[in-house]
Amino acid sequence: MIEFKNVSHYFSSKNNEIQVLDKLSFSVPRNGFSAIIGPSGCGKSTVTKLIAGLIKPRKGSIILNNVPVFSPRSNIGMAFQNPVLLEWRNILKNVMLPLEIVHNNLNGKEKVERARELLALVGLAEYENSRPSELSGGMRQRASLCRSLIHKPEVLILDEPFGALDAFTREDLWLTMNSLREKESFTCLIITHDIREAMFLADEVIVLSGRPAKNQFSVKTEKESNDNLDQLYTPHANELLNILREQIGIARRKELEDK
Amino acid sequence: MRRFTVPFLTIILFLLFWEWLVWFNEWPNYKMASPSDLGPSLWKYKMLFFSFGWDTLWRTVAGLLISIVVGVALGMIMGFSKLLQEGLYPLLIGFNAIPKATIVPILSLIFIGQHDFNTVLIAFLISFFPIAVSVSIGLSTLEPEYRDILRALGASKLTIFWKIALPKTLPEFFGALKVAVTLAFIGTNLMEIVSPHGRGLGALFDSGKTNSDYPLMFSVLIALAALGIVLYYFVVVLERIFAGWADQLSG
Repeated sequence: MIEFKNVSHYFSSKNNEIQVLDKLSFSVPRNGFSAIIGPSGCGKSTVTKLIAGLIKPRKGSIILNNVPVFSPRSNIGMAFQNPVLLEWRNILKNVMLPLEIVHNNLNGKEKVERARELLALVGLAEYENSRPSELSGGMRQRASLCRSLIHKPEVLILDEPFGALDAFTREDLWLTMNSLREKESFTCLIITHDIREAMFLADEVIVLSGRPAKNQFSVKTEKESNDNLDQLYTPHANELLNILREQIGIARRKELEDK
Repeated sequence: MRRFTVPFLTIILFLLFWEWLVWFNEWPNYKMASPSDLGPSLWKYKMLFFSFGWDTLWRTVAGLLISIVVGVALGMIMGFSKLLQEGLYPLLIGFNAIPKATIVPILSLIFIGQHDFNTVLIAFLISFFPIAVSVSIGLSTLEPEYRDILRALGASKLTIFWKIALPKTLPEFFGALKVAVTLAFIGTNLMEIVSPHGRGLGALFDSGKTNSDYPLMFSVLIALAALGIVLYYFVVVLERIFAGWADQLSG
């Protein structure tokens, strides 16, 4: 479970302070999946850094499974738009990287088995000996997802993970993401620009206002299934899409007015 | 086949042209050497070439090793701390701008007679700069996400350095090391030529000059080229082993 309680945060530049988050509160239930959308540069990535404990909030608190976050913790997995695979390692070794850092009771053989299990889940079983440079963008992102899950984190943070992929590859990865969710248990928060992506993956979509980001709107997606892309094109989905587009519009207008 | 024959033929043609030039102008040996003089000269002084060649080689390698240690340390300092980078960079650039040939007489006067020390020192001074710069750039341009994936798991700075920053910087490091090898050779020879009563191929070159023994001087150049090529390819082999993965990225 991820909880944000009245979190405010500022970036200090040379002469002034810029507020990026303003009393932001939301929560993602255990094994839930929420998406955050909002105008560009509204502080969405700051949210991921705060959850990971990479930065500390100025005000308010962040709580993961009833424990407040003060510093980085090993029960988190992260994936970014840039898959940041290590080019000098093969895919298997890349996926196993977190196990070299996080304390675990697995022996060498079990680690390899765990990595292979995940690679098979995302369809990369035959590529464990390949170098990242030999893989396509979508495959690299799949490997990056495996790496973020290998140590069985309780919380998974995805920061626009599919943003750099073409539309078809992206849809493939949505399905992959959902099958990972069925097999693995984690609480997930995804930051995205893509409204359909948010609708297809998440149980709840949270819209942030422009900078400084505060809660503006949130809606449950009430999906029927996790493996059918057609449900994105039903009247119900269109209605939801329009509501979310409208909310993003409001957020962007507000930001322009403030400037 | 063509990979070998074409360069081989070019070299033969070049040597023939050189031989012809000396023969046509009727230059005596105290004016210019011809390729056919080099073999006998190398053979005549073979013991000197072996022992002085060894001097030059170990001095250069010793200078390079110090360069690697100091260059990597400086690069790490500048790569990790913005403040120290701002402080050290102008100093390093200023130092690098000084032609090292001018430092040679200074050093040989300060540490007069200590040929080994002098030579290793200049080989180091001339070659550490590219290593320091490449390592610092490699470290400071590391994308923050690379750091974040490990930092988010609670990894220490040292772990991040060993697992990510260091391997990621290796291609740049080896690129710089190839430049440094050539530079260190220049440094070693400058000092060996200038130091009176010294040892090393530079000293052999100088004695050739004093006696107007052009075949000897040219033979030294050949020996230096051979040593340089050996060292360069040694670095290339190390690069293939430790940073071969970067080849596939560009290829």
